[in-house]
Formats: sequence, C-alpha cells, structure tokens
Amino acid sequence: MTMREKIEEAAARYPDQRSAIMPALLIAQRQHGYLPGPVLEEVADILGVERIWVYELATFYTLFHTEPVGMFHLQLCDNVSCMLRRSEDLLRHLEEVLGIRKGETTPDRLFTLSTVECLGACEMAPVMQVGDAYHGDLDIARIDALLDRLRAEAGHPAAAAAPPGE
Amino acid sequence: MFEPVLLKNVDVQDGHLLSAYEAGGGYQALAKVLRQDTPDEVIDLVKQSNLRGRGGAGFPTGMKWSFVPKRVDRPKYLCCNADEGEPGTFKDRIIMERDPHQLIEGLAVSAYAIGAETAYVYIRGEYVTAIRRLEQAIAEASAKGYLGTRILGSDFNFTVHIHRGAGAYICGEETAMLESLEGKRAQPRLKPPFPAVAGLYASPTVINNVETLVCVPHIVTRGADWFRGIGPDRSPGPKLYCLSGQVRKPGLYELPMGIPLRELVEEHAGGALPGRKIKAVIPGGVSAPVIPEHGLEVGMDFDSLAAAGSMLGSAGVIVIDDATCMVKVATRIIEFFHHESCGKCTPCREGLNWVVKVLRRIEAGEGAPGDLEQLDRLCKGIFGNTFCALGDGAAMGLQAALAHFREEFAAHIEERRCPFH
Repeated sequence: MTMREKIEEAAARYPDQRSAIMPALLIAQRQHGYLPGPVLEEVADILGVERIWVYELATFYTLFHTEPVGMFHLQLCDNVSCMLRRSEDLLRHLEEVLGIRKGETTPDRLFTLSTVECLGACEMAPVMQVGDAYHGDLDIARIDALLDRLRAEAGHPAAAAAPPGE
Repeated sequence: MFEPVLLKNVDVQDGHLLSAYEAGGGYQALAKVLRQDTPDEVIDLVKQSNLRGRGGAGFPTGMKWSFVPKRVDRPKYLCCNADEGEPGTFKDRIIMERDPHQLIEGLAVSAYAIGAETAYVYIRGEYVTAIRRLEQAIAEASAKGYLGTRILGSDFNFTVHIHRGAGAYICGEETAMLESLEGKRAQPRLKPPFPAVAGLYASPTVINNVETLVCVPHIVTRGADWFRGIGPDRSPGPKLYCLSGQVRKPGLYELPMGIPLRELVEEHAGGALPGRKIKAVIPGGVSAPVIPEHGLEVGMDFDSLAAAGSMLGSAGVIVIDDATCMVKVATRIIEFFHHESCGKCTPCREGLNWVVKVLRRIEAGEGAPGDLEQLDRLCKGIFGNTFCALGDGAAMGLQAALAHFREEFAAHIEERRCPFH
C-alpha cells in the first residue's frame, strides 16, 4: 500500500478527517523516518485538512520527530521506577560508549540517545525502548550486548533498508 | 487463598488467542447479556457491584454509565483509556498484550449497556506489542461474530477501533483524550458539559479504563454479590497492583481491594532489597502522595488511602528504600509533571517550572534558607488552581514529601550538599 492508501484506510475509522491526523503522522513517520515540513503538508493535503492542524500536532506529541533521528533511537526511561533501579548509570555508560550526550545522534547516524518518561514497563526496570521493542532488566553488560546486536543488524542489508526507529 | 480472576489467562500459553480465551469461558458474559438482559439491567448490575473506576479517580462505573441520555439522535461512543502513562503503572499493558479478548468482551458488554455501537481504544503509542495483539484479537473476534453486526444473533452492532497515542501523559485525562481523538492538541476541556452528555464529537461518551472494563464480564458471569464480597463493600473487587522500585519481586499482582500496603510490599513482593530498609512507598503512581514506612498498615482501597492523605490512583506501588534521597525522588517527579504539563493554564505551566528550579538547587546543595517555605507557597498556589488534576497531583505529592521528610530537605540546605552523595 502507498502512504496515501494507508492514510485513507486509517481515516475511514473516524467520522471526521481531523481525527485521522495522528494516525496519518505515524504512518508518514514510519515511511520517511521523520516529519519535515513537506511531509506535514503532504499529510494535510491527503486528508484535506488545514496545515496548521497538522503542524500543531507534530509539535505537541513527543513521539513525532520534526528533525531526523538515527537508525536506532535509544529511548532510556529515567522516570522514578527506573531511576530507583539505577538508570543513571546506564545513561552515563551509553553516553561514554557512544561518545554523545543525551539528545544527540552519533556521526554515523546509527544511534540517537534520548531519555524518556515512564514507558509503562516498571516491572522490568530499568527499561529502554529501541524502535518498537522494549528491553528490560538492563545492566551495563546487557546494554553492551544490545549495542553489538544493533550494530550487526545495521551491517545487514535487510536492516539497513528498514525505516529508522520512531 | 485468593484466586486471580483478571489475570487468570495472563500466564497461559498463547493466552492472547481467541481459542485460549474461549476455552476459559470467554465471551459467555457477552452471550448472556445479549440473550437475557436489557441494557438497563446491565447498568443496574454494575451499580449493585459497586465497581469503581480503576484509572485513578475511583468514580462509580454504573453511575457514570447512567448519566448517558437514553434517547438521543446522535451516536453514542465508548472510549477506553489505555493511555497508561502514570509512572509506576503497567497493568493495562500486560492485560492488552496477554489477554486482549478480555478487554474486547468488556468493551462489548459495556457498549451494549450504554447503547454505543462504536468504541475507540486510546492506547499510548509506545505500546506497540499491545496494539498488535489487540488488532489481532479484534480481527479474530470480528471473524467469529463477537464484533460486527447482529452480534450472536441479537440486534446489537458493535465495532472497536484502536487510536494510537503519540506521547503525552495528559491524554490520560479524559477530556484531553477526547481532544486528542478529535485530532487536536491534548488539552483538557472545561466541564460541564461532561462527556456523558457531550463528549467525543459532541456526542454522549463514556470513558473507562482498561482494568475497569475487564471487571465487567466477570460481574455479569459471577454476579454483583461475588464482586462486592471481595474487599471493602464501598470499594470492592479484585485489583491489579503494579509493584516496582526498590523491592525484591517487582511485578503485577492481583489481590483483593483493600489489602494492607505492608502485606502487599513485604509478603507478596518480597520486601526490601538485601541489606536495605524500606523508607517510603508511593501507593498509586507518582500523583499519589508518598507514605512513610510507619504508615504501611493502610488498606489499598480508594477510601482508606484517601483517609490516610494519599490515593489509590492507578495502584502503581513504587517502593523507596533508605539508600535513596527523597529530594532526588521529589525532584524527578516534579520534572515529570513539568515536562507533561500541557501548557494550557498558568499555575501548572509556570508554577511547576518554578518548583523544578527550587528543587534542583536544593538537591545540588545550592539551596537557600527560605526555599522550603517557598516550595510550600508554590504548592498552595498550584493546588486547586489548575484546570485539571495534573497540577493538583504534582502539588499534593510534593506537599506530602515536604511534610514527611522535611528534615531531609532541610539537611540539604544546611549541609549545602546531598547527604546521600
């Protein structure tokens, strides 16, 4: 299905096209990796809604990215339950081994490192989301193994063709 | 020995599939109400059960349903609040991932009761596995005739749609969720009108939490007396408790409403980590005021926790031990609320910004005499003056931390450092 077809299919679930802006942005972001201005305008045109409506959602909700992110978006939870399980140590370690600070992307554009609010998986704190997947009960050894796996995946052509993480 | 009801399929192999759900008696409640009960009879049953909303506010579910006008010329909607964002809470995710049909049956029975033909399940965007499992379950249930038109040979038509959120804690506030569903920024609405009268697309709308909805089929099958027989009569039922933080066995526990917090933490969740002592427990997600160790006898139900100056909230039980700085915990909680403030009203948007600055300097050893009184004043300026409960939750939580652990805050200022570093 093309992006337009996917968006039109999502829009059929609502009596009002405006409701479909959020699902449409998620579809567009999966397609393009992030949501630059021209993509926002394309979404508005497909749905036939005001462009400002699309812009105001893209800049309100934290899962929408108006700037590019790396192929793997490392989203480490540092809210209370993870903090109590020493997520800070993991953040410091990630910053060290990746050579970037939180909020930044590695020069090879492989990794973007962020801290996020509670992921709703506190039973396996500390937890980190990468793309669609949750990784829990993390420690430094598990973080290192995960980074190795992701780097290997990136070297794999099938992985390289996949859309960047959200 | 309490027998789990809500979690009985959660650890079953392939429990998320229709075949497993049916094998455990699934969709019998839907069949029963469609065969023999009028919608009003279902509402009465839920009223008699004393079921109260599990999302945090504890409003009586049957009463909420009865506010929906009977005859209107607009469609009615049922919305499921699955935007589980309260830090320390993960119960709804586990139900949707491992037993999604339980939610679909809860939605169908509840929609029948209020006269809705469409439901939207608002799931937070991070919950990708839950979304996939629920999509798969909707497809299975539709193929088997539990969803769709003329369900099980009745006149009842019902469709469930998933609306994926995109990262905004405020969407857990029911009117902000409606704004978000309508494709707007999630900022809470002025009430009245209440959603039951004019909610989604200005139509009568009921918004219920995942855990609330999954209680409904069990009430239909086992009866209101069974439900009321579990825990306190005014706040009854089986309850999901999310245990996290500095405790030996974090996880999801189903136990009677009203169980003492101490029993929950020490017996069921194994107590403090080796060599540590419990210092305090947040009983209902970070909006709930912290309870110091000596207060752990309190019962985990809406009324007992309210009487103790806290709240059941989402039953996200966060255990904090004696190696942890309460100023650091309080700072992190206020940072969260500050980040998630929708920006609509000034006391929340600006007040929390100010509180964060004061807390950060205290934690950094740069606090000044008068800072604690400044925090007291800021809490008073926020509490009761905000548009929705987000600001209230932040202020109540900080006030409790300041009341119970004031010496710890003061020590940071006097010693000009964090005593835990």
